[in-house]
Amino acid sequence: MNYSIAINQVSKSFGKKVVLNQIDLIIEEGQIYGFIGPSGAGKTTLVKMIVGMDTPDAGTIHVLNEKMPNLELLQEIGYMAQSDALYSELTGMENLKFFASLYKLNKVEIKERISYAANLVHLTTELNQRVKAYSGGMKRRLSLAIALIQNPKILILDEPTVGIDPELRLSIWNELLRLKNEEGKTIIVTTHVMDEAERCDFVAMVRDGVILTRGTPEELKAHYQVDNFDEVFLKAGRKDS
Amino acid sequence: MRTVALIKRICQEMLRDKRTLALLFVAPLIILTLMYFLFNGNTVDLKLGVVNVDNSLEKILEEANINVIQYDTADKETIVVEDLDGLLEVKNEKLELTLQNSDPSIAKALQMKVNQSVSLHAQSKFLNPNTAPVAIQKKNIDTQYVYGNSETAFFDVLSPVLVGFFVFFFVFLISGIGLLKERTTGTLERLMSTPIRRGEIVTAYLVGFGIFAVIQTVIVVLYSINVLDMVMVGSVWNVILINLLLALVALSLGTLLSSFAASEFQMVQFIPIAVIPQVFFAGIFPLEGMADWLQSIGKIMPIYYAADALKGVMYKGLHLTDISGDLFALVVFATIFIILNIFALKKYRRL
Ligand SMILES: Nc1ncnc2c1ncn2[C@@H]1O[C@H](COP(=O)(O)OP(=O)(O)O)[C@@H](O)[C@H]1O
Ligand SMILES: [Mg+2]
Repeated sequence: MNYSIAINQVSKSFGKKVVLNQIDLIIEEGQIYGFIGPSGAGKTTLVKMIVGMDTPDAGTIHVLNEKMPNLELLQEIGYMAQSDALYSELTGMENLKFFASLYKLNKVEIKERISYAANLVHLTTELNQRVKAYSGGMKRRLSLAIALIQNPKILILDEPTVGIDPELRLSIWNELLRLKNEEGKTIIVTTHVMDEAERCDFVAMVRDGVILTRGTPEELKAHYQVDNFDEVFLKAGRKDS
Repeated sequence: MRTVALIKRICQEMLRDKRTLALLFVAPLIILTLMYFLFNGNTVDLKLGVVNVDNSLEKILEEANINVIQYDTADKETIVVEDLDGLLEVKNEKLELTLQNSDPSIAKALQMKVNQSVSLHAQSKFLNPNTAPVAIQKKNIDTQYVYGNSETAFFDVLSPVLVGFFVFFFVFLISGIGLLKERTTGTLERLMSTPIRRGEIVTAYLVGFGIFAVIQTVIVVLYSINVLDMVMVGSVWNVILINLLLALVALSLGTLLSSFAASEFQMVQFIPIAVIPQVFFAGIFPLEGMADWLQSIGKIMPIYYAADALKGVMYKGLHLTDISGDLFALVVFATIFIILNIFALKKYRRL
């Protein structure tokens, strides 16, 4: 099977605090992979290292068979940070244009991608407003649009749906599923919303820097003999302590 | 291409930020103008009491714009009561000057003028004892100035330094805070998830803020020369060149130090450490009198070189070749800071 991300014995500490401890993980192409776990578990640290924004203390990370960090590969990775990093003095359109111009895209492609991404997150009519006038949810949506701007093969979304209303959340998830099914994209999502975890093909439960358990949502539910995901989460945590 | 995109974005943000623009373009002009009036204020009337002084000397003193008041007898008490700046007495055939000295600069000025007048008086007597001293005075004393002229005020000597200092200060502050904002809003980290290189970010910041620094420099220099009428003997182009190099140093130092600041306030905390000490070595205070070790500290301050070059060009009319050593020093400072900048970004990403 073609894998798009291979994480091998990755550890990371900040000072004395061990944030990730010998993580092993293979993510296959064309999957939606969910990292779920409580706040502070190390999810953000892990996805940042996959993007190459941080380097592991030990172990290696390969993306599309290339060792990270690798600048060329960033063309193929769309990243949405947990906290919105936007230029608030600029309009939504200017933010999109700026990020688009950091990638290898020509003028026509930039135009197409901007209108596609803005439309996807329902921001088309607000694009000419300054970002500082945006609500929290609008900023989240703009961040998601920016992650999609260069049409990357891999999408890494850190808590993408926080602060987004249920209706839009559903439409975003439908789009993520479409991107996976029709365009074969690999998508990594971190979340602590359990019904989102159930939409993933695979989930890994992260807690205190280790992966407690992993598998398809059905496998996990069967394994813990429960029928909803909240309980999987609770039982997996309990087993460890 | 990525660099161009980043430069464009920096400009867009700057143009929307009216306060920063005002700080960059208007504040230096206001401060320079204020300084101009402070230092060019007409000197106060000097009040000198005289006792037993020769009539001819008295005339010379009056010629020198001193308000001379005759007394039959006077002592320190008189100076205080009458609020005289000084008292000139002839005691035992000798001149004795008593200064009030509540303001040392006035005392100095008075002392100097009295000394000049006395020597003038002595000279005129010696040359032609029969002619009225006043008539001779104007012919005989033909004062020559190496730099400047008799109109030279303190401000003229100070102004080249001030121009350089304000260019340095405001560019330092604004570029430092600019990169800091990028850091604190998380957009710098966000940029690291795009294929941009660290060198491209540093270049874009240098060019982006550089554009504004160039405009500021030109405005400040032209305003100083044309409106404030600063002494300008050398070439304007050299002045602009020096200031541009200084702005580049300020820009790279500002962005570098901003990597060690976590907030705007911490950036401001760098001012007493990185900016103020430079003022002391800019030539406002004479360097020659300083201890050797202090002088060598001055030599690691960028403003020291810029001020030296600026004074050379604006006041002494030196040419490019005369100031090439100073310019070279500025280039070295900028290069070091720029390289350190690229390294400082390493904490975000290795590539
Ligand atoms: N730059 C950093 N310096 C020090 N500690 C950090 C840093 N980044 C994250 N941490 C710590 O690492 C742990 C995991 O954080 P994070 O990966 O953000 O968790 P999650 O995304 O799962 O909520 C937390 O305890 C956090 O305090
Ligand atoms: Mg997180």
